[in-house]
Amino acid sequence: MTDAPPTVLRLTGITKHFGPLVANDGISLQLARGEVLALLGENGAGKSTLMSILFGHYVADAGQIEVFGQPLPPGQPRAALAAGIGMVHQHFTLADNLTVLDNVLLGTEPLWRPFSHRGAAREKLLGVSRQFGLPVSPDALVGSLSVGERQRVEILKALYRGARILILDEPTAVLTPQESEALFATLAQMVAQGLSILFISHKLGEVLRVSHRVAVLRQGKLVAEAPAQGTTQGQLAQWMVGHAIEAAERRPARHVGAAVCALADVHTTSTGRDRLQGVSLTLNAGEIVAIAGVSGNGQVALADVLCGVRAVTSGRITLQDAPLRARPAWLVRQGVARIPEDRHAVGVVGDLPVWENAVSERLRGGHWFAHPWWRAFWVKRRAARAHARHVAETFDVRGGGADAPARSLSGGNMQKLILGRALLPPGDAPAPVLILAHQPTWGLDIGAVAFVQQQLINARDGGAAVLLISDDLDEVLALGDRVAVMHDGQLSEARPANDWTREAIGLAMAGAKT
Amino acid sequence: MRLEKRNHTSPAAYVAAPVGAVVFTLLISALLVLWAGAPVGRTYALLLQGAFGSVFALTETLTRAIPLILTGLAAAVAFRARLFNIGAEGQLYAGALAAIAVGGMHGGTGLEWPPYVLFPLMMLAAALAGALLLMGPALMKARLGVDEVVTTLLLNFVTLLLVSALLDGPMKDPLSMGWPQSVALQGDLELSKLVPQTRLHTGLLWAVSLAVILWALLARTVPGFDIRAAGANARAAAFAGVPVTRTVALVALLSGGLAGLAGAIEVAGRTGYLTLDMSPGYGYSGIVIAMLAGLHPLGVVAAGVFVAGVLVGADSMSRAVGVPTYIADVIVAASLIAVLVAGLLTQYRVRWK
Repeated sequence: MTDAPPTVLRLTGITKHFGPLVANDGISLQLARGEVLALLGENGAGKSTLMSILFGHYVADAGQIEVFGQPLPPGQPRAALAAGIGMVHQHFTLADNLTVLDNVLLGTEPLWRPFSHRGAAREKLLGVSRQFGLPVSPDALVGSLSVGERQRVEILKALYRGARILILDEPTAVLTPQESEALFATLAQMVAQGLSILFISHKLGEVLRVSHRVAVLRQGKLVAEAPAQGTTQGQLAQWMVGHAIEAAERRPARHVGAAVCALADVHTTSTGRDRLQGVSLTLNAGEIVAIAGVSGNGQVALADVLCGVRAVTSGRITLQDAPLRARPAWLVRQGVARIPEDRHAVGVVGDLPVWENAVSERLRGGHWFAHPWWRAFWVKRRAARAHARHVAETFDVRGGGADAPARSLSGGNMQKLILGRALLPPGDAPAPVLILAHQPTWGLDIGAVAFVQQQLINARDGGAAVLLISDDLDEVLALGDRVAVMHDGQLSEARPANDWTREAIGLAMAGAKT
Repeated sequence: MRLEKRNHTSPAAYVAAPVGAVVFTLLISALLVLWAGAPVGRTYALLLQGAFGSVFALTETLTRAIPLILTGLAAAVAFRARLFNIGAEGQLYAGALAAIAVGGMHGGTGLEWPPYVLFPLMMLAAALAGALLLMGPALMKARLGVDEVVTTLLLNFVTLLLVSALLDGPMKDPLSMGWPQSVALQGDLELSKLVPQTRLHTGLLWAVSLAVILWALLARTVPGFDIRAAGANARAAAFAGVPVTRTVALVALLSGGLAGLAGAIEVAGRTGYLTLDMSPGYGYSGIVIAMLAGLHPLGVVAAGVFVAGVLVGADSMSRAVGVPTYIADVIVAASLIAVLVAGLLTQYRVRWK
């Protein structure tokens, strides 16, 4: 075996500017037949731009793309599909109210053909499904499938269209550990049959397990390319950020204090699976309780209830022995720091300047004339801006300045702004007693992740009760003093982290009773 | 052709955008002027002269600008909060109706309050009438998700029919020779003239002061922050503790109130009584003016004067050259489109394959 497998995809010198920003700077990559290439990089490193160029959503300023030896015409998504490139997006592009077969067929049939050849299509789909070991039932409604099954449909959709090169964008972000394992097995099978896979991820462990080669992007440049074998996670992290990273220091809780917040048999109603069905939980001072679970199992409802933006239908929540009111301004005054899941849509008002976002939670309540930032409705801009500066300095919020719209901040800086707003009380007010963090590190780069996690640990050591809701099992295990698992609106008992194994958590996430 | 988001907008682009919008508007209108067979340069010169070229022209323009500024402010504050109030026209008539009801309907009833009591009462009644007309649609939107564009638009027709009924009924002026015209406002409630021997009245001071007050409210106060936050992102605003429903109610009070005041000030400053053709669509023009101004209260003053100038100037110009006054509508409409496109182009760039 001296013959190297043929190159199926060749990117040469791809360059793309957005104004003064160089999103892709002369990136050259090759993907061989039967190879899994992992593409690593922090947010903003240029991964998405590169994929958008490959798919014809953007036109590169310079550089060529060759697929199976043929140049790919720029700016034509159809050409990429026709050349055999398939993409599985992180957020699925499936119609819930159609069957699996309909979803796969969508867009593949010519409009002018009077009858669709469903029989043949069905045979072809089942054939592809057998060939790659991806079992599906063609007539099931997509809306009734689990997340893992939907991802399978997405992959089948690409394979059905004859994709020989598959791009997977953060495919494990929504899967349980067991589902991830199944996906990896599928990938191995596909590669064995000559497909090539471009695997985009920021989970270093799985990248090293799944891929043959790793390419790392940083600030638009390809900074490293190495075989996965013999590369360590530490090395990858260093390539991604350009310097060594100190992980958040893990220390067990020292002084667990009295209960700060307690939920007893809490229910909420809503359509779908995002509801609570009898959740009970106690949060103690000086302790981090981490909640694991596949997203969409009621975590949003739980976070909304505790953040004061959704009322419960039954059950009782007490905050420091008083009943909890579903009013955000009241919660903030009681010393509850809230970090929402969706920092763009809920955490900040993107069109308003950074400084207004930094004080927005504390513009009401208390005595009319005694507030540091406003007097009889009139905002004291100097004091408010001074506090915003204090937040930005303490939490290292960079970019834009106080008057820039919050939308212009990068994800990490936006999260630091939200953390600072929640954790830094104005003037001599006491520090928060309860911190609710919902996916606080989602989509952040490694440096920012460590920063955010360290803040939560510091707050806990300062005596705050912390509730961490996260899809990221590594984070749950790294930070949680006690861990509970959420499934279909129900919460397991919160047990000390050491009592759980990864497998046990995975099973509980999938709904197995323990 | 495709649009790509700009990561960065150069200061030059912010200057070039409005200049380009003006040039585009003038070019489009010039084509139509040429089509009408008139000399372009002379037509524009006459238009400008008719709008601002003499004391008479200037006062006429400013008189016309008063209701436009007020309805423009009404639209601006509502649109800032994403409450799409299309009903300023009806609210304006409701305000005018209330002004007449308070300030004109008590001849011989023995209600002899002095003007310094009656005048504030009249203005308050007008503002409240406009505000209440918008409150229903606003609360239905906030609570039930009812589309306020539909409800406010339809209320315009309801209000106009009500006005029509009243003008032919209980509010009809017995001396009007059968015309549907209301009783006249009490003389001492009329606004005084700002420039003698012209129609320009102190309503201009009201309009400009209200613009400044509205700007200060939006930019400098907590309720102003609430309005801007709720409009830009209601979910994030609610998360941060903004009372969203209460804020929508406040916006309805402000927007409807301003439109109602526009009606009262027209009656008290210009006409003295209410007819069905008092407003040639000021309520709808207010939306155009608010958009032209980028929803900025002080910009509304400038945009209101601009639109009034185009309307008044075109009237005067069309008497001298053979270009119909409809050119005014074309100029206003083209400038709005140009400003919106220019605003888009400061945020996005166009890529031609």
